[in-house]
Order: sequence, then structure tokens, then C-alpha cells
Amino acid sequence: MHYDTIIIGAGLSGLAAGIRLAMFDKKVCIVEKHTELGGLNSFYVRKKRTFDVGLHAMTNFTAKGVRSSPLGKLLKQLRFSHDDFRLCQQKISEIRFPGKSLCFTNEFEFMRQEVAEQFPGQIDGFNKLVKKILMFDELNLDDSKPLLSQPVLESFISDPMLIDMLFCPLMYYGNAREGDMDFYQFVIMFKSIFIEGFSKPEGGMLYILNLMAEKFKNLGGELRMGNGVKAINVSQRKVSSVTLENEEELTTEAVLSSMGYVETLNCCEPKLTESGRSEIGQVSFMESLFIVDREPQELGYDKSIIFFSTKQKFDYKVPEDLIDISSGVLCCSNNFKYPKPLKEGLIRLTNLASFEKWDSLARKDYIAAKKEWRGSALEQLFTFFPDFRDNVVFLDSFTPKTIKKYTGHINGAVYGSPEKIKNGKTSVKNLYICGTDQGFLGIIGATLSGISMVNLHLLR
Amino acid sequence: MTIEEVRKIILNILADIAPDEDISCIDDNTKLRDQIDLDSMDFLDIVMELRKRFNIEVPEKDYEHLATMAGCVSYLTPLLKDRPLAS
Repeated sequence: MHYDTIIIGAGLSGLAAGIRLAMFDKKVCIVEKHTELGGLNSFYVRKKRTFDVGLHAMTNFTAKGVRSSPLGKLLKQLRFSHDDFRLCQQKISEIRFPGKSLCFTNEFEFMRQEVAEQFPGQIDGFNKLVKKILMFDELNLDDSKPLLSQPVLESFISDPMLIDMLFCPLMYYGNAREGDMDFYQFVIMFKSIFIEGFSKPEGGMLYILNLMAEKFKNLGGELRMGNGVKAINVSQRKVSSVTLENEEELTTEAVLSSMGYVETLNCCEPKLTESGRSEIGQVSFMESLFIVDREPQELGYDKSIIFFSTKQKFDYKVPEDLIDISSGVLCCSNNFKYPKPLKEGLIRLTNLASFEKWDSLARKDYIAAKKEWRGSALEQLFTFFPDFRDNVVFLDSFTPKTIKKYTGHINGAVYGSPEKIKNGKTSVKNLYICGTDQGFLGIIGATLSGISMVNLHLLR
Repeated sequence: MTIEEVRKIILNILADIAPDEDISCIDDNTKLRDQIDLDSMDFLDIVMELRKRFNIEVPEKDYEHLATMAGCVSYLTPLLKDRPLAS
């Protein structure tokens, strides 16, 4: 079998790329090593309950009819209608730090008002920052010189806590870099979270993934699950074929890989190294899911998502312990405007975690450590929020090690490498990168990554 | 294919790639992107649809001819004149 393009990975970027190619009658095959769709935005089933991984909320919510926004572009390019995604908007979210709280909704003026009330001395600087963000061309695919966010923010805002409060959600939802954030990424995330906003698809990740996979297959695309790529066969800087885990060889004109940049180079046969462009991502998370016996708002959790730091100074870096309990994200799935309430209450708690520490534990210690650190994270949380331990009817946790196991991303690095390959090119002529290492993050970002790499390299 | 038929084909393509836009009152001499919300990604879709439906290759240097409806019609009519409407 000979293909125009083989796509590695049936996550959002791979599926989107596949739809675009199949739409224009290209012969395309998506190869996925896992038996489930989704990659970093997937789902799993425990005790007949389906849990999303990755998806707290979709960022970039814009209303039906807005076509120039990232969501609008995505729908248009994949020829979905806004209704197809069944998006339910958030109610209200919060950033909570010691002694300060900023709430935000999908109406940006609400947040501007919050900043004016909570930080009256900073509102002029904040407004100027917003103006700069709105003027910034964050989607430029040229690799320009790096610009970090901290100095930019400090030039507008003098209160370090406000800076950290702005960073907290943006970093948690899309920063591959420790300590600071590339400014273009800050702009992407600021727009996607504060200016646009949150929603969740009714039916969760499984619904969206099936929608995309069905479209891909209906357009004639081929999807191979549970059979990963063992080798990308390269000779004279050109890919000719891939070898699958079952030894089958598929020949192709081009390969688009969403497995990660370094992961892709490692998979090439012979193995490739490209100096200076291979910084490996380190940022990963532990997440615990708690099914509670009532609506979270009856337990005092009335926000859609809460980003918190129990310390004045917010640290976004790989923790020295297994996890960092001093900050985190709480997501109450129930607090979105669904047409009908969810069957059960669900609270999710996410903390920064160290892959290395989790990976070094023996099996027995690993299981004990999950329990112990989940307990510590809750203890710390309840210094800030109401206790819900007596209401938990089911719980489960996953760690960076789990993420590595199912996605293949080195270090379980959810946001990939801090050095993005914006143009998606590698030193191999017909081998391209999409997904988390290409530069657009989040669910919408990943999908746009697949679309834009196909448009740039594979349709012209 | 007649000029009118070519125009209709363009409208069909536009309806496919921009399903939420009203294309019934497109002015032939005003830029398409100023009338309906088209960006460079959408122009690629027009070109790709032409390739898919009629096997016509529009080289990148000729994209400018597709900026208005009148431009599309005058650029594509010679390429499509020997084609039957249904294909």
C-alpha cells in the first residue's frame, strides 16, 4: 500500500490533519500505537465511568458565527458547524492566591472589572498590556528571536502578585517552559483563556474524538489503531516508508508526526540528531479525579475552574518532590452550562509533578506514593477550600508516568518541548512535525496545528 | 461551460467552504474577502476544490486572480470552457 501521507498519532492534531488531507482526496493513513484515540487529550474508563484526560475545558470559546477566531477557523477548515461540537460554556472561573481572588467569565470586560477592583493601582498598566496583547501577531510561523513574558509583564504591572495570578492559568494550561513563558505563547494563552474563554463539549473528549474520527473515515481516510510506528525509514534525508510494530511496511510520499519532535527523530532509522533544537520538555502533572455524591456546588465548589496558589509566589517548575502541592487547578465539570446536569459530581485536582521522581519508584512504592501525595494535596487544598473527603464515592489518580506510558511523550511532558518547531520542518525533506511540539497548544491549538501543517506542506 | 455556469461553480465552492455566509448577494467586482469572511486558508480551499472537482491546477502566483468573483470567472472560464457542467 502506498500513501500520499502517513500521519503518526490519532490525537487531535493527527485527526485534523487527516481530515484536511482526505477532504482533498489524498491517500492518507493515521497510525496510532494506543488502542484509543486522543493522545494527550484522551479518555479512559474505570468502573463504567469515562474520564477525560487532558481536557479540563476547551479554551478559545467563541460564539457561533465568529469565523476569524481560532475556533471559527478550525470549524471552517474541517467543515464542521459550531453546533457539531456541542459546546457548553463555563459559568465562572477563579484565580485564588493568598488574600486575593480574580474571577473571570467568557466576557472579558468582567475580568477587566475584577482587576480594577482587586488591583486598582494596576488597572492602567493592565489595560496597556491588554492592548499590546491584542496588537501582537502570535501566529507568525517564522522563528523569530525569543521574547520572554516576565520582563514584558513587569514593564506594565508593578505588583508581582498580579503578574503571578495572570501567569497561573496560562502556564497551567499551556506552558512547556519552567519559570517563564515565551511571550507569543503567553499571548496565545491569554487570548484563548481570558479574551475568548472556556467551554466543554457535551459528551466530553470521547464525543469530539469520535466526531473527528468518523469524519476522517467517511472521507476515505484509513485509521490503524493499536499498531504504532516502529521505524521511520530515512535515506538521503528523505522518508520512503514506515515500519509498524507488526513489521508491516507502508510506503509513503510524506510523514506528518505528532509523536513529539525528539521522539520522532529517535524513531527515524537510522536515528537522527539535529543539534541545538532538541530541548526535551519536563513539565508534567499528577491529576486526581473525585466522584462526589452530590453537585460540587453543594459542597462549596461553585466555580467552573479554579487556579490557585497557596503561596504568595507562584512557582511553575518541575517540583523537587513528587508533586508540588502549593499550587494547582481544580475543575468542577458539573459547573458548565450543560443542557442537562451530569449524572454525578466530579472534581478534578491537578498539581505539577516530577516525571523523574515518579519513574524512579518501584511498583509497590509507586502505588503507595500516589495515595500519600493525593492525601497531602487534599490537605493543602483544604486550607483554602471546603473539605469534600466525606463525599467521595470513587477516586483515581494518574501521574507523569501514566502519561508517558499511554502517549509515548518523553517525561510525560504534556506541553512538549519548550523549543517549538513553528514551521514543522525537520532536516528530512518530507518529514514534518505537528501537535504539541509544533507550537499551538490546547485542544483547539493542537487541532489547528494539524490543519496548518497540512496547509503549509502537504496540500500545495 | 458558460460564464454563468463558471460563476455558479465558484458560488457552490464558496457555499461549501463558508457554509454560514450569505453568498446570494456577492458583488462581482468587490474583493471576496471584503464581502465574506475569507482568509488565506480559505483561498487555499478554493484552489484545492478546483483541483479536486476539475483537475485544474492554480499556481500560487495566480492566486491574485481569484480575489474577486469577476477575476475568478475571467481566469477560470478559458480553463473550463470545454468542460460539461456535470463532471
